[in-house]
Amino acid sequence: MQQSILFPALVSQAIRIPLFSYKVAAGFPSPADDYIEGRLSLDEHLIHHRDSTFFVRAKGNSMVGAGIFDNDLLIVDKSLTPASGDIVIAVVDGDLTVKRLIKRGEQVILKPENHRFKEIEFKDGQELQVWGVVTSTVKTFHKG
Amino acid sequence: MPIALVDCNNFYVSCERVFNPKLEGKLVVVLSNNDGCAVARSSEVKALGIKMGEPWFKMKDIAKKHGIIAYSSNYTLYGDLSARVMSILSNFSPKQEIYSIDECFLDLNGFDPATLMAYAQKIRMTVKQSVGIPVCVGIADTKTLAKLANHCAKKLFAGNDGVCDFGMLTGIERSTLFARIPVGDVWGVGRRIAERLAVMGIHTVEDLRCADPELIRQQFSIVLERTVNELNGHPCIELDEVGTPRQQIMVSRSFGSPVMYLDDLAESVAYFTTLAAEKLRQDGSVASSLCVHVRTNPFSEREPQYQSSKIVALSQPTDNTTKLVKAALNGLNEIYRAGYRYKKSGVLLMALQPKGTIQPTLFDDPVEQAKSDNTMSVMDRINRKMGKGTLTIAASGITKRWAMRRESKSPCYTTEWSELPEVW
Repeated sequence: MQQSILFPALVSQAIRIPLFSYKVAAGFPSPADDYIEGRLSLDEHLIHHRDSTFFVRAKGNSMVGAGIFDNDLLIVDKSLTPASGDIVIAVVDGDLTVKRLIKRGEQVILKPENHRFKEIEFKDGQELQVWGVVTSTVKTFHKG
Repeated sequence: MPIALVDCNNFYVSCERVFNPKLEGKLVVVLSNNDGCAVARSSEVKALGIKMGEPWFKMKDIAKKHGIIAYSSNYTLYGDLSARVMSILSNFSPKQEIYSIDECFLDLNGFDPATLMAYAQKIRMTVKQSVGIPVCVGIADTKTLAKLANHCAKKLFAGNDGVCDFGMLTGIERSTLFARIPVGDVWGVGRRIAERLAVMGIHTVEDLRCADPELIRQQFSIVLERTVNELNGHPCIELDEVGTPRQQIMVSRSFGSPVMYLDDLAESVAYFTTLAAEKLRQDGSVASSLCVHVRTNPFSEREPQYQSSKIVALSQPTDNTTKLVKAALNGLNEIYRAGYRYKKSGVLLMALQPKGTIQPTLFDDPVEQAKSDNTMSVMDRINRKMGKGTLTIAASGITKRWAMRRESKSPCYTTEWSELPEVW
């Protein structure tokens, strides 16, 4: 019979070996796993062209009839071609202004949505420069 | 193989005009860091004969007389608009090389040559409408020629409506055109080379195109020989596609006013390292070493001059701000000498590699590593959300006595909630 020598195990201090810190899920897989989809994203919902979308801050009361109030956040897409009836950001005397664009034949009007403000009319020869088309507004009621 | 070079017109000035239409048609300059000199001029200012890089203090009288409006540079704004322009341009070609903040090459191989002018017009219209930035397009068979075609479009030497396609020119037309352009306008031909070429009787682009490439290589370099070949329509410079991460990252600034003490200098170095580390993480890279440098103002001739730099190797490649700052400050400690008025400091992160490829060593601690990654990503997220420098390490200072002078900077219209453009 072969002789075997047995040594006592050396009991020394435990050596700490770092483990991977990534968590591995154990246990039963959730039955919902196959149905998980990305959360809804407001960015995706409100912004269709990332590179041409800008945020601007509405000032004053000229568009209250359209539901745009002082300090509302407007989402503006510059890549869109403005059509009659769109709310647009236009350049008037070098300033940016938000108004509704109305085209009647040759006549182009920037229409405020507040009877206390005057329409801005563009007669022939005067070129209206549209900066972008307002696609949505964001109103905040509670800072959270 | 047609290549387009798309270049934004007076880019920084155009950026200011997007959000401030009042500046349209006005004389506008954008000044360099510390409001030193003009780095962008509107066409109206160029017409006055004010040169690129002209010191602002020298211009002040003319500026007053003509009502020039000066802006401090707002690189946050320019960077954001540049990213938008480049992203839109990438839709026009499968291959894009972003050459600088305001220009990129597009590979137009495979497009019907007859339609390129119209295509280029579409590019111009799209960028102008979508971002509000005017661009010019130059089209030719090589990068050097595309650059030159763009130059011609901009200076109205050839082409029309901001587009110039050398493919539309006959050989004679091209030679006549090239004979009118000074050789110094060619990409890669600096003032000094132009002077040496003049001695050889080479004054115009046409002269250089017809020069013997062999001779040019002997007299100058293989680089200039390539230029000659490229001018003749033989592509020698490949399109460098995006996606190749940077090989090094440099953040360096001049101070608003000179700095004497190690504390202030250390703050600046820590701050610049923090910025560089952010860029590093954006690229998904890690740095293996870094170089700190400081110098006094070489223009203050009566003051004692000193400059020095120090390379610090990191024990492990890292993207951790704290570790990088520590290394940078160690380096600074070694090169700092008291008694000088320092004007500039900077940090260069070197030997970068993709984070995924680093070989862990025996002594790495993955738990520590994960912790560090978490900290950094939280820091980046907060800074992205709440604005640059919201969360920073204390070493980079709070008072920033060395900060840049930027007296008339426009708002960060696209990156700060509190600075959005206002519409009435």
